[in-house]
Amino acid sequence: MSHPEAAPGRPSHAHPNYILIWVFLAVLTGLELTVAFLPWPKTVIVFILIGMAFWKAALVGLYYMHLRFEPNRLRILAIAPLPLFAVLVCAVITEFIW
Amino acid sequence: MAHAAAVQEDVMLPPPSRAPGAGVYSEKLGMWIFLGSEVMFFTALIGTYVILRFAHPDAWAGHPKPHTPLNIPVTAVNTFLLICSSVTMVKAFAAAQDGIQRQLRLWLLATVLIGATFVGVQVYEYTHLIEHGFVPSQGLFGSTFYTMTGFHGFHVTMGVLCMIYVTMKAFRGKYTQADHRGVEVIGLYWHFVDLVWIILFTIVYLI
Repeated sequence: MSHPEAAPGRPSHAHPNYILIWVFLAVLTGLELTVAFLPWPKTVIVFILIGMAFWKAALVGLYYMHLRFEPNRLRILAIAPLPLFAVLVCAVITEFIW
Repeated sequence: MAHAAAVQEDVMLPPPSRAPGAGVYSEKLGMWIFLGSEVMFFTALIGTYVILRFAHPDAWAGHPKPHTPLNIPVTAVNTFLLICSSVTMVKAFAAAQDGIQRQLRLWLLATVLIGATFVGVQVYEYTHLIEHGFVPSQGLFGSTFYTMTGFHGFHVTMGVLCMIYVTMKAFRGKYTQADHRGVEVIGLYWHFVDLVWIILFTIVYLI
């Protein structure tokens, strides 16, 4: 039987390159600012911006919150609300699509 | 007699325990469950924003523009600050894992300072917007903007206060390489607040 960790101790994995992740986040933020004001169709810009925002959020979740290195059960707990988030947003958007 | 006593003892014993939680210690599991509820809270806010924005596009006419009414360059700098505070927070956690007390304290202190600066810039932004007539009662844009960013700012403020407490404990040497639960748990909260701002910045300011 696997026992839960009593308290955090030495990491079971090497530290990820946190500075590199920070550079990615900063670059993506700069790209977002550039894309937001490009003379492209609004729909294209919205999809790109939301994609980049979720990419940044995933980097924070996986590496800064260490979800990449956590047990599967905790990962499931963490991502469980996300389908509900998607359902809610899609449901309210349908009001204006159909 | 001895047999009867043994049977009685067995009956009194609790059922064998299963592996509790999700393989992590209780405080961390509790924080993750709390963060799950926070996801749903911010989902409700974002969902409301989406439906109102689609239903009343006129209320957002002309948005986004770099300087009217929101000052996007200033907020972009603030976003960068929050990202910086996330890296200082995670570096503090790594220092705690490695048992390097001096780095732990310095990174925590940096996180507090950057977090407080974020709140200060948001207060400046609000003051500036209100002076120029962009108030919550102005319309849907104003009310949703202040509701979403206000709740987020409240979360950041609470995070800074908790971080001050954790930093004071770190300066008293309460966190060791073997046990630094407080640093990890407040770190999870702090990164979550950063993550939410990443989404809000895009939805409220850039789209």
